[in-house]
Amino acid sequence: MFWEQLINGLTLGSSYALIALGYTMVYGIVQLINFAHGEIYMFGAFAGLFLVLSGVNVFIALLGAMVFCMLLGMLVERIAYRPLRGKSSRLSALISAIGVSIFLSTLMALYRGTNTTRYPEIIGNSTFSVGSIQISSLQVIILLVSALLMVGLQLLIQKTRIGKAMRACSQDLEASSLMGINVNRVISATFAIGSALAAAGGMMVGIYYNAVWPYMGTMAGLKAFAAAVLGGIGSVPGAMIGGLSLGVMEIMGVAYLSSSYKDAIAFAILILVLFIRPQGIMGQKISKKV
Amino acid sequence: MDAFIAQYIDAYYLRIMIFIGINIIMALGLNLITGVTGQLSMGHAGFMSLGAYTAAIISLHYDAPFFLAILAGAAMAASFGFIIGIPTLRLDGDDLAMVTIGFAEIIRVFFLNFEPGGKAVGLSGIPQYTDFATVWLIVIVVIILNAKLLYSRVGRSLFAIRENEIAAQSCGINTTRMKILAFTVGSFLGGLGGGLYAHYMYYINPQDFGFMKSIEILNMVVLGGMGSIPGTVLGAVILTLAPEMLRIVAEYRLLFYGGMLVILMIFRPNGLLGDVRIYDLKKRWGKKR
Repeated sequence: MFWEQLINGLTLGSSYALIALGYTMVYGIVQLINFAHGEIYMFGAFAGLFLVLSGVNVFIALLGAMVFCMLLGMLVERIAYRPLRGKSSRLSALISAIGVSIFLSTLMALYRGTNTTRYPEIIGNSTFSVGSIQISSLQVIILLVSALLMVGLQLLIQKTRIGKAMRACSQDLEASSLMGINVNRVISATFAIGSALAAAGGMMVGIYYNAVWPYMGTMAGLKAFAAAVLGGIGSVPGAMIGGLSLGVMEIMGVAYLSSSYKDAIAFAILILVLFIRPQGIMGQKISKKV
Repeated sequence: MDAFIAQYIDAYYLRIMIFIGINIIMALGLNLITGVTGQLSMGHAGFMSLGAYTAAIISLHYDAPFFLAILAGAAMAASFGFIIGIPTLRLDGDDLAMVTIGFAEIIRVFFLNFEPGGKAVGLSGIPQYTDFATVWLIVIVVIILNAKLLYSRVGRSLFAIRENEIAAQSCGINTTRMKILAFTVGSFLGGLGGGLYAHYMYYINPQDFGFMKSIEILNMVVLGGMGSIPGTVLGAVILTLAPEMLRIVAEYRLLFYGGMLVILMIFRPNGLLGDVRIYDLKKRWGKKR
């Protein structure tokens, strides 16, 4: 029982982690809580659905959804955030993000209606047992794909030129631009990568829970933001750990405490952790300067 | 009073004006926390629901006078605001935003499971005591007291905390006390608005006070202009009217609403009346005379 719940928690948590990565990467560079990120995740789930319905292989559909959301994320950044950058408070950018979020979810609701759409049976869902634990093949695929994406992200950040530029920008945006880094391009790339990861998360959640709907992004986005803060916002490994642990704790809370308080559990844990360790699990304490 | 007004104003407009009044009260509360003191709170609907449920239950079960009921609701919200104010000593910026979101969500889930509050069905049959005259009387009182507060030593301390907390502290401002004060007063106003809302709507439900409601109130503060009383009032008026005006575009309403937020922020990044204060206006007009 316990080990099965753990696997369930890790499956849910890996989707939180994939969304949380986008929050934390964007936050690390431009200090913006990108509230439209949950909607990008929703668009990813729908883009995947449309591709699957048109008869494309699941994994190619996953890639297609990621590419689509990459473009969408870059477009949102270009239209709604870039004009505001540097000349306004961070709160204005936040409101702009909320505007985009309302716009995108309404757009999808107008197109598809507010009801949930079911995903077609695409991956034959067989369960097998390891020892006494029952695991479904779907869970294995989700965990594997998530792990693959996260390792890929780490390699991208640590080993490539654009990753190096992203790390530099997250340390000091102004100094990076003085060193000849094209800051706008780096920010655009950050949005693209974050959005692609969210799209992957969205499509996998859609397949796993067999349901997508236009407002699925709001709660998932909030939980993922909670995961990012839990891990220490701005830290990439923090978002992974925060997402996974939040998923596990939520599932455990539902299994052993109460299911009617499901949505409250994640936030209660988060608040407790922040009381004890305000900078999050992996975050660094930054001393403020006058 | 309302019967008299109803002779001249259509019931529909009267309803909208009451909502504008309630929103002004709540937005002024959030303005004190976020606009003036600079502590990003994204859970104002949590305080609103505390005020609404407390006031409604007192009215329904104890048959208390209206003013007592809404004051009790506001006091309940204020005491929670006081409790939430304490972690703000340790957290800043976006961690605080997350805690306030989390707080509002926990409150919402709590009311979804709260037996005397009717659980997910909500509370109905709340007597409709709120009317135009009461709401706008309270609005005027709140605006005057708010302006007095911002003009005072305390108000300037709050602005100082927003501008630079460490510098404010080194000038001898007790930032701890000031931040808790801002949270308590701000959430009191949120609860007051909630109580008025409950006694106008007959019916309340935990879903009325979700994350989007908090965002709506935050939008009013930021759109109107952070820290500005005229700005917050203007923001509340515009954002209450906007959905009504946008009824022409029917189902595309929210699409326009979202787009409008983005466009307004691009062209007026500091809000419509960013940092216009009542006493600045008085100074300006005083000179002309």
